[in-house]
Amino acid sequence: MSRIVVHGLEKSYGDARVLERVNVVAEAGEFLSLVGASGCGKSTFLRILLGQEQASGGVVVVGDSPIVPQPTPERGIVFQRYSVFPHLTALQNVILVEDFRSGGPFGRVFGVKRKRAREEAEAMLERVGLSHARDLYPASLSGGMQQRLAIAQTLLGRPRVLLLDEPFGALDPGIRVEMHELLTEIWTEHGMTVVMVTHDIGEAFKLGTRVLVFDKVRHDPQFPSAYGATITYDLKLDRKTRASSQDVAKVASMVGTARLDTAVATTASQGRP
Amino acid sequence: MFLGALPFLVVAVAYLVTSGERLAANPNDKLLPSAVHMWSAFLDLATVPDRRSGDLILWVDTYASLIRLFIGVGAATFIALTLGIAIGFIPRVRALLLPFVTVVCVIPPLALLPILFIALGLGETAKITLIATGVAPVMVRDIANRVIDLPPELVAKAQTLGGNSWTMVLRFVLPQVMPRLLTCVRLALGPAWLFLIAAEAIASTEGLGYRIFLVRRYLSMDVILPYVAWITLLAVMTDWLLVRLSHAVSPWAHPVEGK
Ligand SMILES: Nc1ncnc2c1ncn2[C@@H]1O[C@H](COP(=O)(O)OP(=O)(O)OP(=O)(O)O)[C@@H](O)[C@H]1O
Ligand SMILES: [Mg+2]
Repeated sequence: MSRIVVHGLEKSYGDARVLERVNVVAEAGEFLSLVGASGCGKSTFLRILLGQEQASGGVVVVGDSPIVPQPTPERGIVFQRYSVFPHLTALQNVILVEDFRSGGPFGRVFGVKRKRAREEAEAMLERVGLSHARDLYPASLSGGMQQRLAIAQTLLGRPRVLLLDEPFGALDPGIRVEMHELLTEIWTEHGMTVVMVTHDIGEAFKLGTRVLVFDKVRHDPQFPSAYGATITYDLKLDRKTRASSQDVAKVASMVGTARLDTAVATTASQGRP
Repeated sequence: MFLGALPFLVVAVAYLVTSGERLAANPNDKLLPSAVHMWSAFLDLATVPDRRSGDLILWVDTYASLIRLFIGVGAATFIALTLGIAIGFIPRVRALLLPFVTVVCVIPPLALLPILFIALGLGETAKITLIATGVAPVMVRDIANRVIDLPPELVAKAQTLGGNSWTMVLRFVLPQVMPRLLTCVRLALGPAWLFLIAAEAIASTEGLGYRIFLVRRYLSMDVILPYVAWITLLAVMTDWLLVRLSHAVSPWAHPVEGK
């Protein structure tokens, strides 16, 4: 629903350069998978898109205007951890969206509005299969349930851009497949632009319409942090034909993953829809 | 349950045995009065009006001390909450005040006592101020640190859901620091009693600490020991109430233990 344009993006922490010369244009409704070696700056890139962190140079445009330098409701985020509020039950976590959006100075909606917010929240929990757990606190939810809750909460904010930082990284493989289905359904339904960071190459190919690889192109052996990472490979996927295993192998080798076999297997096994 | 009661029993028995031996040797011994003697002295203070003032001394003392304690600790709690959240959540306030609070934390509060008495007189204000200034800095620092430690991910999340600084404090920061705040109050009550008794010992006309130091002159262990036990009981009850309060206010922070 929203175009993302990144041009000449740079990011340094003191002397350490993390990102440099990052250029991407993502059309509205695209699903970008970001992969790359650990510590190469994927999360940093995502935090800049979110507005949680400021770029040291370059432009980032979301929609029609440069991004506001702080998180706003047009961008939703799901992190690997710390994505739901531990002091609220599942249902309260989801109602909180409406509380923040139109609750005024109390940060809370009352009366008819609350009733409607509650119904909407219950429907959303039903949607992600958490109806039975609505009165539990996050501490008593499993990792998968917490991530579903985080996704439900984020979706209720109706973001135009959905940012995901290894959202399924801590989940068991079985649960992960379930979450993939959920995410794909939701994305097909809402058509928002998605940017997802992942370490799982198979997941990147399975979900994305486009896979971006972050890596350093320049190296200074004396001073390893002199140069930052940029996008070294940009592969558009066709939802119909799927990626070939050569593509997967190539990306996997660029990222230096040890799990090439599983990556190829995941992608191959799903075959053509 | 039984194991926890054992040390109490040992101390009680040890006291009774030693006290019994001493009293057998010298029935007028004042140092370790018998349990019966202490109980009757305590009952006298609790139920027989004082000959001079007509007051029930124990209750007057208890009331005076608890009022001072609660106002002092209450003020400190309020300061800790407002200042702690401001320092923890607003970077500019943090830059301005955190170094100051950190330094103030290491001033020994009892050293301030003479200053407070000189500046505020010998009345209630000085005593309450001593308690408040004695415990507040550490509480402020604690709450500020707790707020600083809130995961930045959650702050970002709240912002993406449309929270502004004020609603985030209300719906996110405040409930998140509540359990920590109550723990702080529990920890602060120890020092608060210390400051209370110190202040009462020096300048007061009633109060639990005042009484203990008053009767010390007559070596009235039969009053001092029950008073110490009474203070202990009050402290234990306050602590227990605070734990219950924490469970009621922040059920999420006290997950039910699996069986
Ligand atoms: N606040 C910060 N201050 C200084 N350096 C930072 C900061 N945040 C990140 N970095 C550095 O930036 C680099 C990129 O970090 P980032 O978290 O973006 O990597 P990543 O690609 O997400 O890694 P991973 O795959 O392990 O999550 C790292 O070398 C990290 O040390
Ligand atoms: Mg990361």
